[in-house]
Amino acid sequence: MSDRLIATSPEPALLELENLSKYFDVSKSLLNRTIERLPKQILKAVDGVSFSIKPGQTFSLVGESGCGKSTVAKLVVGLHKPTGGQIRFDGTNVADAKSIAQNAALRRRWQMIFQDPYASLNPRWRVHDIIAEPMRVFGLAGSSTELSKRVSELLEQVGLSAMDGEKYPHEFSGGQRQRVSIARALSSNPEFLVCDEPTSALDVSVQAQILNLMKDLQRDIGLTYLFISHNLAVVYHVADMIGVMYLGRMCEIATPQDLFRNPRHPYTRLLIDTIPDLEMTGKAREPVAGEVPNPINPPSGCSFHPRCPLANDRCKSEIPKPIHSATGMVACHAAEEGRLPAPQTVAPA
Amino acid sequence: MLDEKTAAKAPSGFVHRFMDSDLVYSFLRSPVVVISFIITALYFLSAAFAPWIAPHNPFDPASLDLMEAFTPPAWTADGSMKFILGTDDQGRDILSTLIFGSRISLIVGFSAVLFSVVLGVGLGLLAGYAGGWAETIVMRFADVQLTIPAILVALMIDGIARIIVPVELRDEMSIYVLILAIGVSDWPRYARVTRGATLVERNKEYVSAARVIGVHPIKIMFQHVLPNVMGPVLVMGTIGLALAIITEATLSFLGVGVPPTQPSLGTLIRVGNNFLFSGEWWITLFPSLALVILVLAVNLLGDWLRDALNPRLR
Amino acid sequence: MALLEVENLRVEFPTRRGTLLAIDDVSFQIEEGEVLGVVGESGAGKSLTGASIIGLLEPPGRIAAGQIRLEGERIDNLPYDELRRIRGKKIGAIFQDPLTSLNPLYTIGRQLVETIRVHTDDTEAQARDRTVQLLTEVGIPAAERRLGSYPHEFSGGMRQRVVIALALCANPKLIVADEPTTALDVSIQAQIIALLKKLCRDHKTAIMLITHDMGVIAETADRVAVMYAGRIAEIGPVKQVVKHPKHPYTIGLMGAIPIVGRDIERLTQIEGSMPRLTNIPDGCSFNPRCPKVFDRCYVERPDLVPTGETTAACWLHAKEKTGV
Repeated sequence: MSDRLIATSPEPALLELENLSKYFDVSKSLLNRTIERLPKQILKAVDGVSFSIKPGQTFSLVGESGCGKSTVAKLVVGLHKPTGGQIRFDGTNVADAKSIAQNAALRRRWQMIFQDPYASLNPRWRVHDIIAEPMRVFGLAGSSTELSKRVSELLEQVGLSAMDGEKYPHEFSGGQRQRVSIARALSSNPEFLVCDEPTSALDVSVQAQILNLMKDLQRDIGLTYLFISHNLAVVYHVADMIGVMYLGRMCEIATPQDLFRNPRHPYTRLLIDTIPDLEMTGKAREPVAGEVPNPINPPSGCSFHPRCPLANDRCKSEIPKPIHSATGMVACHAAEEGRLPAPQTVAPA
Repeated sequence: MLDEKTAAKAPSGFVHRFMDSDLVYSFLRSPVVVISFIITALYFLSAAFAPWIAPHNPFDPASLDLMEAFTPPAWTADGSMKFILGTDDQGRDILSTLIFGSRISLIVGFSAVLFSVVLGVGLGLLAGYAGGWAETIVMRFADVQLTIPAILVALMIDGIARIIVPVELRDEMSIYVLILAIGVSDWPRYARVTRGATLVERNKEYVSAARVIGVHPIKIMFQHVLPNVMGPVLVMGTIGLALAIITEATLSFLGVGVPPTQPSLGTLIRVGNNFLFSGEWWITLFPSLALVILVLAVNLLGDWLRDALNPRLR
Repeated sequence: MALLEVENLRVEFPTRRGTLLAIDDVSFQIEEGEVLGVVGESGAGKSLTGASIIGLLEPPGRIAAGQIRLEGERIDNLPYDELRRIRGKKIGAIFQDPLTSLNPLYTIGRQLVETIRVHTDDTEAQARDRTVQLLTEVGIPAAERRLGSYPHEFSGGMRQRVVIALALCANPKLIVADEPTTALDVSIQAQIIALLKKLCRDHKTAIMLITHDMGVIAETADRVAVMYAGRIAEIGPVKQVVKHPKHPYTIGLMGAIPIVGRDIERLTQIEGSMPRLTNIPDGCSFNPRCPKVFDRCYVERPDLVPTGETTAACWLHAKEKTGV
């Protein structure tokens, strides 16, 4: 399949995912299966996802729990092995980097920031050692004085004090811990950061600090982000490109302006409808009924059809193919057939 | 802000942080625990300095006088201040044999626990972190061994050792055999606890962070996971020490433990047992009391440590 | 007379390093049928305020001063049994994790029927009918058939609906909802908010909605109290507070929220973080982070004073009022 986005600018993508899939075997043990006569159960956490990220940009994946956005993040950094499809980083197929040296050369160029600032730092390590670990692993350290100097620089770069290296993680607040996490991620001089819900465990004022810091870093050192979030407003604020996922598949890819002004996939419209109205326009709205189905047994055809107001027989049987446009993608029969009503959402100012 | 202030005021450093910790606070607040700790410490100290502390050397045949055999404790009518707790059938000072006997009991117990902790934690860590076949083999093995009472496992290993070890080395080797027997009989408990804790830690994000940068799995196991699973193991080890001391006493009481020339508390109880009905009660009573007090103190310490380290019970 | 009156509430936690003041002199009222949003960041004391009202303050925490009155009667000093009766009958509670409110060993039908029978004189059959009616009302499809289901057989959103039904069993006057939508997906969150709003309207139930999410408050509440470090920083009609906040903390908080359609490069940033309870600054507790701080803020603690349509605890507005 060649579902890849056609790049509109000549600049090559830093990261390209092509038809990426990850299936998990969630069956009971062989013994139980035999006794209870159950078939194998396969969870298609990610099912044929393709997108690309240009250098210096932020690509956001949004979706509700179980949509596979975190699994994509883990696939990209190599925490899971893909069941199918390709991940290309800067033109290299990641699966081809077989030797340890090749592998390390690639791994050094990306890093990950995690959701839970209380679980992502080893509680028994000093902050200095936590931040220094990637440099030690990749052999970037040099002498121990150089290492300490670099750690101090990193701490100051993320808005902490150089003295904080001597402390243990429990001496910091959640926001400060997330800063330590970012410092650790930056220590191997990566170009690409995968951020899995980096602010969803934080308070709003702290979230603002971290989002600002991430934007500053992007501007200063040209970082590229894959930013996973369930919060559409956060995504609108940070992203250059947004991908909406539902039950392991990509529904729609668009720029934030297009996505929020002219959402084309009915699921995107649903999500936009749920954003709390802080502008106090007082518009009445009917929340869409239904919940995300069990991903082990997803609905046939377009997996969104049981909740979709536009579903017809074709949607129930046929998986929609992605339709590409100049700047985006949508996978919806209604959009393809032109039965999409005009969006009712209030267009952002 | 708070941290900066307190750090500036307080004499910084490990000792201060330790004295100020919740652990020390809860320790000092419970008199039972403090007493248990003092008793345990006294046992350890007297074991370490036995040759200097004991009033007599019970293992020096030259100093023994059969005329002094069966001397009752000092406070009874026939007692002598020379032997505060009386003497046994060979005229050995009971207090001194107690001190030396506790030493053997503690050495065996401590070494056995260390052995099973190393074995159990190592295998548990492997099973929990690697999963798959390694986990199945280790944990099934542990399950099977847990169906056999620990004392039987120890007896079995002791029996095998008796066949392998040449006769002339038996007495010399018996203490090592005992350590091995008790150690092997107890590893599954540590393996289970370690595996459980490892499964929890393995899924935490700091482990993922290490995996993302390609840290070797063995390094992750020992540098990241191990320090974070040692809490429950420490608690179990403390309670395990009491259990190991009892197992050692049981084995020695059954006559398969340390030889009478190097008696442990268990051996002393067994020897004294022969004289219980002829009226020489002190020969077995004092070693038994010593064992009970030691085990009780260690157990109380273990219970406290479990509660203090478990945030849910606080 | 307001339905709920909280007057000078003070909650303390005695610890070995001294007594921590978790809630300091908090006063507010909730009228019948009103939704009061209580918003704040973690550690602001919003959940403790809720727990004090429903009498579920975890020891060693204790109400050290002040009064809580429901329909004019004090409920903060009641003996445990009486408090428990009131808690089911007059005050309902909804928590973040629906699983903690439901007993996993009983069917939801049994839990609801029993709760109804404890608080009313209904017969078994009447209670059953009422249960079906309640479950239908909170939006559980085919409620009659789901009575025999156990909590784990429901999805997260459905479970929260069951909890809401449970809170409504005895037709309480007030529901204290502590982060009722935080654990839910965004689309489910919107459904639950809509449900709460509808119930409040239909039953004339007052709701104290505790959350960290200003968006949820803006959607649901009539008035909002913004808490900071155990005190109320600002309280007023939700539209005023959201659109024209007066307290510098509320202003910062509102600017820190990313909003769809607001194209800005950087969000407003409140420097630093909320002080720990062990280290609350003298004077106004917001003074180390306040962009408009001046001398008086370091020495004197501001009280809530009306400024325009809201009430804020800030010296900036006190001056305005006295016309200095």
